[in-house]
Amino acid sequence: MNWLSDEAISRLREGGSLPDVSGTRYRLVERIGSGGMGVVYLAEDSVLERRVALKILDVPDMTGAADALSERLLREAKIRARLEHPGIVPVHDSGALADGRVFYAMKYVEGKRLDQLVEWPPVDGPAGDSLSDRLRIFQRICDAVGFAHARGVLHRDLKPENIMTGPFGEVLVMDWGIAKILGSATARGTPPVQQSATESRMAQSKSTAHGTVLGTRGYMSPEQARGEVEKLDARADIFSLGGILAFLLGDAQRTPRAVAAIARKAMEAEPSDRYGSVSDLALDVAHYVDGLPVSAYPENIFQKAARWASRYRVAIVLVLTYLVVRGLLILFLHP
Amino acid sequence: MKAHASEGERSGGGSGKFPVTRWSAIVAARSADPAERACALEAIVAAYWKPIYKYVRIRWNKPNEDAEDLTQDFFARLIEKGTLADFDPAKARLRTFLRVCTDHFVANEAKAAKRLKRGGDAIHLSLDFAAAELELERGTPALPATVSPERIDEFIEKEFIRNLFGLSVQELRRFCESHGKQIHFRLFEIYDLEDDEQKRAGYAELARQFGVAVTDVTNYLAFARREFRRIALEKLREMTASDEEFRREARALLGVESK
Repeated sequence: MNWLSDEAISRLREGGSLPDVSGTRYRLVERIGSGGMGVVYLAEDSVLERRVALKILDVPDMTGAADALSERLLREAKIRARLEHPGIVPVHDSGALADGRVFYAMKYVEGKRLDQLVEWPPVDGPAGDSLSDRLRIFQRICDAVGFAHARGVLHRDLKPENIMTGPFGEVLVMDWGIAKILGSATARGTPPVQQSATESRMAQSKSTAHGTVLGTRGYMSPEQARGEVEKLDARADIFSLGGILAFLLGDAQRTPRAVAAIARKAMEAEPSDRYGSVSDLALDVAHYVDGLPVSAYPENIFQKAARWASRYRVAIVLVLTYLVVRGLLILFLHP
Repeated sequence: MKAHASEGERSGGGSGKFPVTRWSAIVAARSADPAERACALEAIVAAYWKPIYKYVRIRWNKPNEDAEDLTQDFFARLIEKGTLADFDPAKARLRTFLRVCTDHFVANEAKAAKRLKRGGDAIHLSLDFAAAELELERGTPALPATVSPERIDEFIEKEFIRNLFGLSVQELRRFCESHGKQIHFRLFEIYDLEDDEQKRAGYAELARQFGVAVTDVTNYLAFARREFRRIALEKLREMTASDEEFRREARALLGVESK
């Protein structure tokens, strides 16, 4: 056997790590990220002459777990394909490479992840990133997740790292790799995505083939962390949305109480204590933005007055100014 | 009892042909079926004897004759005593387990001294120590006299990968020859394995040398790399005990680390 030098080993590792896209319409440009089961590459679609993102399984399709992973990746592509929404990245294509690895192609999004975008504390001003800017981003996230719920899909891994913000104000919910199809909720006119073998296994066990609970600690609801897969419903995602809201609010001492209460209610340990739907959560946030009372924060009379004064401060200032000017006129013109 | 590797395996090859249901040699090594067990142990020895030999030579600073004896005896005992039954994949990787076992074995070697008394019916493995010694001379970087545990494991891992890739290249050669794809292998050998920059040629030069189109060079190389990857991952799979471990090792082997 020929001895392999360190340089030869490096070349072999490099060659072996790159997906073999020969025979496809795609040409790899660069690696742009990786997740639990796949690596995402920026690629050129040679037919349509546009850039796309390719998510490719990082371990080839063998038996056992790898089969389940292929299944999961394709299932993720199908789920994303059925979720046609401005807040969800569209899928263009899927298939298998010559080396057996499954892939799917999706729109390439240039932007920043939410966790890389925000800085503390929020800055009010023309540059953006004020609390209200962040709440608008949060409402867009709620729109996309609410749409998915209406289509019978739970995301199950919502966190700032899985939210992309584009240069033109786009807000996109990414990484639907561990999404769950809700049993009875199928959208009108949309064929159901079949419950996969993996999904079935996941329903029976709290662990995946990797031996870990699906989701991300810190943003995962208690019932999801306990592996109660069969009990999960929209409220599990609502918990994660509460985590994202808390992340966006940052420093608890600087956060207005009403909006902090919204995050707390979304993150209640008991699902029945949380918001019943994403639209309820989004509505409370919209109420806060519009200076209306929020369901998560019962107010006393003084707080109501303060909120009312804050909401109508322009009108109040105008009326007071009018009264003062009028008073002065009366005083000087009729001594 | 004697366990001889075939001639083709003297330089490190291992057939590793056990039923597909037992894709892990580690699992198969505990099988009740003696034939399956022997086959699995053969695969494990093929994958690890060189890293262990080099480790004994460098870490324990043993002369080559002593290192040969120790390596031979270590793997013979591994087979005889069924030491792998103590291996728990949840606690450590196999190479770490083997390295720790080697340390115990070498440390106790003087006390035991039974090695010299072993009878004629002892297992004798046919291992190509001369090739391993040559590899050491050619460039395995020597470790400093005192090394941290991290560097020891790093050394073993590096040598394990070198051996695994070497076995995979051998198997790729056999595969290409049996499928009439000698050009594919030669191109792979020159472009990916050759260290002499003067011998390594670009695609156009290779196309001229082999009398094929440049696109053929691209396709032949892609084929050889794809098959190499497949073979290397299959061999890696044999050396892991679970799907999770395989995925972790595959990522590390091919440099596809998760962020």
